[in-house]
Amino acid sequence: MHLLGQLSWQAIPFDEPLPLVAGAVVMLCVAAVLLWIWLKGYMPYLWHEWLTSVDHKRIGVMYCTLALVMLLRGFIDAIMMRAQQAMAFHAAGYLPASHFDQIFSAHGTIMIFFMAMPFMIGLMNLVVPLQLGVRDVAFPTLNSVSFWLTAAGALLVNLSLVVGSFSRTGWLPYPPLSELTYSPDVGVDYYCWAIEISGIGTLMTGINFVTTILKLRAPGMHYTRMPMFCWTALASNLLIVAAFPILTVSLALLLLDRYAGFHFFTNTGGGNAMMFMNLIWAWGHPEVYILILPAFGVYSEVVSTFSGKPLFGYRSMVIATMAICLISFMVWLHHFFTMGAGADVNAFFGIASMIIAVPTGVKIFNWLFTMYGGRVRFSAAMLWSLGFMVSFVIGGMTGVMLAEPTADFELHNSLFLVAHFHNVIITGVLFGAFAGYSYWFPKAFGFVLDERLGKWAFWLWLIGFWVAWAPGYVLGLEGMTRRLQRYDVAAWRPWLLLAAVGVLIILAAIVVQVAQLVVSIRTRARRRDLTGDPWNGRNLEWSIASPPPPFNYAVLPHVEKQEPYWDMKQRALEAGHLQTPEPGYSPIEMPRNSPTGFICAFFAVVTGFALIWRIWWLVALGLAGAYATFVVFAWRDVEEKVIPADEVARLERANRAARSEALAARVAHGQTQ
Amino acid sequence: MKIVDRRSMVRVRRSPASARARALPAARLMLILAALALSGCESWIARPAGPVSGAERMIFLDTLVIMLLIVVPVIVATIAFAWWYRASNERARRLPDWSFSGRIELVVWSIPALVILFLGGIAWISAHDLDPARPLAAKRAALEIDVVALDWKWLFIYPQQRVASVNRLVVPAGVPLHFRLTSATVWNVFWIPKLGSMLYCMYGMAGTLYLQADRPGNYRGVSAMISGDGFATMHFDTEALSDAQFNAWADGVRTTGPTLDERAYRQLLKPSSAVAPYSYRSVMPGLFDAIVLQRLPPGQGSAPTP
Repeated sequence: MHLLGQLSWQAIPFDEPLPLVAGAVVMLCVAAVLLWIWLKGYMPYLWHEWLTSVDHKRIGVMYCTLALVMLLRGFIDAIMMRAQQAMAFHAAGYLPASHFDQIFSAHGTIMIFFMAMPFMIGLMNLVVPLQLGVRDVAFPTLNSVSFWLTAAGALLVNLSLVVGSFSRTGWLPYPPLSELTYSPDVGVDYYCWAIEISGIGTLMTGINFVTTILKLRAPGMHYTRMPMFCWTALASNLLIVAAFPILTVSLALLLLDRYAGFHFFTNTGGGNAMMFMNLIWAWGHPEVYILILPAFGVYSEVVSTFSGKPLFGYRSMVIATMAICLISFMVWLHHFFTMGAGADVNAFFGIASMIIAVPTGVKIFNWLFTMYGGRVRFSAAMLWSLGFMVSFVIGGMTGVMLAEPTADFELHNSLFLVAHFHNVIITGVLFGAFAGYSYWFPKAFGFVLDERLGKWAFWLWLIGFWVAWAPGYVLGLEGMTRRLQRYDVAAWRPWLLLAAVGVLIILAAIVVQVAQLVVSIRTRARRRDLTGDPWNGRNLEWSIASPPPPFNYAVLPHVEKQEPYWDMKQRALEAGHLQTPEPGYSPIEMPRNSPTGFICAFFAVVTGFALIWRIWWLVALGLAGAYATFVVFAWRDVEEKVIPADEVARLERANRAARSEALAARVAHGQTQ
Repeated sequence: MKIVDRRSMVRVRRSPASARARALPAARLMLILAALALSGCESWIARPAGPVSGAERMIFLDTLVIMLLIVVPVIVATIAFAWWYRASNERARRLPDWSFSGRIELVVWSIPALVILFLGGIAWISAHDLDPARPLAAKRAALEIDVVALDWKWLFIYPQQRVASVNRLVVPAGVPLHFRLTSATVWNVFWIPKLGSMLYCMYGMAGTLYLQADRPGNYRGVSAMISGDGFATMHFDTEALSDAQFNAWADGVRTTGPTLDERAYRQLLKPSSAVAPYSYRSVMPGLFDAIVLQRLPPGQGSAPTP
């Protein structure tokens, strides 16, 4: 047996300059950043304050950073695909099929698992404990492990760029194509192990947040007083807990086929690939609601805040959220009406899928009536939300059309379908992520992002999206199927060229977003928000300093109503001063930072890499290392650090002063809202 | 079997949904015009070529119209509400604490629920009417065609004519076509957009699909599911001919080309892409069943081309 398993110099694609150059550039950039950090002496700060942090806010920021970096990677894939299809009319284009197939597989995998998921989980990490009025999530160190396992998965996927190859079977590895017979290289193994490792991280996030929301809430924060974002986070994490084990198991079965000669989904030996189809979508459909529900939560917060009104129909919204949560498990078969299940089955799942449109429609109407009678401020976050409402209803409409089994017989696997899910994922999930990013950025960093550039980014994204994907709907109706490396139908060409223009507009949008971040950081001194409440917010996260102190709340708040912070502000405005006298501060115990997550993920990468290349001794070493890390953590002596009362008081007083001043200014201006 | 009866009128059952669709003639006309303008004349949505695609287009347009009836007002209302209640508008009446109205709640739950009730009814009826495995109501007997997806080409076996064709599907117009679909390798999807429903081709299974071309013409067929490196070239022409032309074609095929026996099939099983269409003068009996029943081994795929 070879010491390095199947790994050899042949794994490096010397004959394909594109991935090699891209990989080299990325590695140089990473090396340059690390060198800069090291030379500047930031390494200890980065290690102690961020990489080993178990603070939910910092973990949230790291999740969002990972998501933004992966957005760039996934978007480069998108540009390459659009360029290929713009060129490949009666021609081979510049990408051979084997490379093009890897690109669309990587694009989908990265955008769903390593962009959309970390973005939503990042926002939940940052905001949910703050909104609940608590000091951290239920299991802070586990939270850090979750994040680092997600990052480990992302690293493995990107490693496939330079060492070996990635899956060529699409973002879901359908057997028999993904079986060893038809995909003999390590591509599918990269996919499976990356998703297995990050999937375990996601499952632990789910457990963590369900526990946090159910068990850790500020006194008086009843379920019916929870902010909408917390409700959607609860629904999303319940779905994670219920659905992610299915993903883990279905990929594990596929891995058994590939590694141990099992026959779960193979063509021969009694295997049946239809089973995989059912299993993967039993996870896959709840997955899209795992993504969209927190985005709905973000929109609820943003529309309410920037309309200056409470969310309309709160109870309806809660019922709608939980209804979506439940029904999303009963619709998976609509992903393969064309497998030939028969009329009764298809009709049942078609109708079940349409039923989801009811609670979703209710939500849209309720946001509409939240604006009614409001005082609407067109901030960047509000623009993202309005862009979502206008665009998402089109995506919902095409979704209902695809849910008609008979219409689906002509639409499935065509670009109409691809346009539909880009419509709901981009204008639903991604716009939600961007709305949350604009809205909560000041909470995380203490200064506001440049609004003007933010609005530019919004308009470019909105226009770019429609220029890129309206052609997709037309192409689908013209019979164009997805994942075509080349084509010879002249009628498709103008639409594909138009779509390429759309992608360039989105590129401009992303450039503006990068510029927004750079400009905002450079001018942060004058963007500073001292009150911690830059938007005249309504929920508890705005009642503390930005960025919040490590312990969030010096004294846990007592919640008496929905929108507790709005309530406090109203009473203070009526009284003309901050009503509450300064409380007695006491020392606060917080969990100690721990490198457990980082080290676990290091060993997870080693194990994953060794499994992919079948280097069995390294697998054993990686697993032993991860287990040893766990043992060391489990036998730790000191669990918590104490923040002295003086320190708590000092941090809290500064914010109270700024807040009182801002309040006094508002009273002086005669504002009562 | 020869298809000789040219005079018989083919009567295809009308989808029940089509009667409902007349309720909104103006809107439908506009949509069809829009679809035409958008997608030229060669798409199934602009000009379907068979009863199945015709009925599916009807369902598509019905659903589109009904959904647009809600979606358009919602889009307009979103923009209107946001603009009217902008912070700088002095004339807007503010209701800063208004967050509940039982009547509005009732309406916002009822509207989507009623629409979905209606669309769900259409879904149930049409899913049964247009079940791919349900024979088309026609006076003439269906032509049998067995379809085998291969790496990366299509094999069409005509058991009644005892001939076979690769990457070229020749059918008589006006006759129901009874397809049995399977794959000798990874999954594919058999789809002729102008004729209607697509269906999966899966190893070890035989899918049933009924289609029909109403008029002679050339209709593009594709694989709609990624099946490896040669996937993008895995399309074929569907030639719908008159009965006489079809019979002439079948007679012609019977006198030319190689024979499809087990050895030739094993050769065909090897991966190749962009194969120029050709035909087999005869086919070994029971080839399709032997593939479906796994008496013949599946294709072994190929190493990825660089």
